[in-house]
Amino acid sequence: MIIKAILQKLKNSATDLLPIVLVIAFFQIVVIRQPLPQLGEVLFGTLLIVLGLSLFIEGLEMGLFPIGEAMAQALARKGSLFWLLLFAFSLGFSTTVAEPALIAVAAKAADIAGRGGLIDPSPESLKQYAFGLRMSVAFSVGLAILIGVMRILRGWPIHYLIIGGYVLVMLMTVIAPKEIIGIAYDAGGVTTSTITVPLVAALGVGLASTIRGRSPLTDGFGLIAFASLLPMIFVMGYGLLIFK
Amino acid sequence: MEFLKDFSGIFLATCRDVIPIILLITGFQLFVLRQKIPHLRRLIIGGVYVVLGLALFLAGLEKALFPLGKIMAAQLSDPAFIYGTNEIITTVDWTAYGWVYLFAAMIGFATTIAEPSLIAVAYKANEVSAGTISTWGLRITVAFGVAFGISLGTFRIVSGTPLYLYILVGYIIVIIQTIFAPKSIVALAYDSGGVTTSTVTVPLVAALGLGLAATVPGRNPALDGFGLIAFASLFPIIAVMGYAQIMDWKTKRSKNNNGDI
Repeated sequence: MIIKAILQKLKNSATDLLPIVLVIAFFQIVVIRQPLPQLGEVLFGTLLIVLGLSLFIEGLEMGLFPIGEAMAQALARKGSLFWLLLFAFSLGFSTTVAEPALIAVAAKAADIAGRGGLIDPSPESLKQYAFGLRMSVAFSVGLAILIGVMRILRGWPIHYLIIGGYVLVMLMTVIAPKEIIGIAYDAGGVTTSTITVPLVAALGVGLASTIRGRSPLTDGFGLIAFASLLPMIFVMGYGLLIFK
Repeated sequence: MEFLKDFSGIFLATCRDVIPIILLITGFQLFVLRQKIPHLRRLIIGGVYVVLGLALFLAGLEKALFPLGKIMAAQLSDPAFIYGTNEIITTVDWTAYGWVYLFAAMIGFATTIAEPSLIAVAYKANEVSAGTISTWGLRITVAFGVAFGISLGTFRIVSGTPLYLYILVGYIIVIIQTIFAPKSIVALAYDSGGVTTSTVTVPLVAALGLGLAATVPGRNPALDGFGLIAFASLFPIIAVMGYAQIMDWKTKRSKNNNGDI
């Protein structure tokens, strides 16, 4: 029984991975027409991916989703707005500030700004710039989750907030230094890590299903959208403040 | 041995990622909520599965997929492959990059299907909507959005047109769609833009973007290499809302037809 269930899970993960295998095989055989380098390593790696994805999904339903929902329900029952908002902010801030993808992007951004003559190119000032950028992104993600939670509590319609955010992004794009724009747009995408997303989704859905008058589908989602939008605004804002 | 060293490095990095979450949750449980966590054992086992699974997943990606994908991105964007000569190319012919656009679309689609965050959100959406939103339906729609977005993004790098124009038009489409789309899908559609770009997609897509920007004559990797991820987060929103609109319109039409008879 158990073996059958495990095999089924592995099969599901293999299906998830199949498109990548097909695309790579197609381009190697039909377009590039070169033998695959290190076939053994690739096969071993693929096996690891399938195994890892199966474990991750199993853990998602056993651990991450229930934790997120339990926290949401416990905090909603406690009825203290302060603690709920503090939790929301801390969750966004703490999971973003040490995110390796963000550290990499911040360092790259500092490098570009230094070479472009926008900031003092000494290593000290580059480091300071990268640190400031990281902090502003982490702060913006914390704030985004906080605003998202407020929205669920108050029942604000999401589209006004998101469209307002988009308009702000467009306006800032016009005035922000051109070197920062590509990085700012990408910063929105890199902030939400694979462990944070399920937790945040469970938090939102948990809250929306606990509070009377909210629908989990209409109100529960949207936290991740804020977490991808606000960093763009903050990174461009940071660029505007720093570059003179 | 070499692999074990790599793996333990990745495993430790994944553990470091969860430490703030563990601290935050235990802190709140101990000092603010002050109550027992139900099914604690199960939760801990689930958490271990998540960390271990993610570490294995990342190790596998670094072993198999990323080197391969990066080599392929470099080979496909190599001017010698595109123009068939080794001479230095000075003018860009955007029509010569057909395989690049196709590769961008297909790899965007394929990596999105394997993206763990999207799987998580699709599971939740399926649960919350009581099955009306199918897990695979959402994932495939999002993947089509990413495929189109990345393909268009590579075209932008090749043609050298400004990034903000595309994003601007994309936003305007999103705003118009928001007005007409069924209200229940809007939040999920916005979210699906954020989840597409993580573990699997970003490294491969970034490699493609930077590779193209470095080899296409007249492009600057620092300015043109970025921005592909923005495309990959914008177009899934359009795709999900568009799909919901089509479904909505179809149900309405079939209802009207039934009413006529």
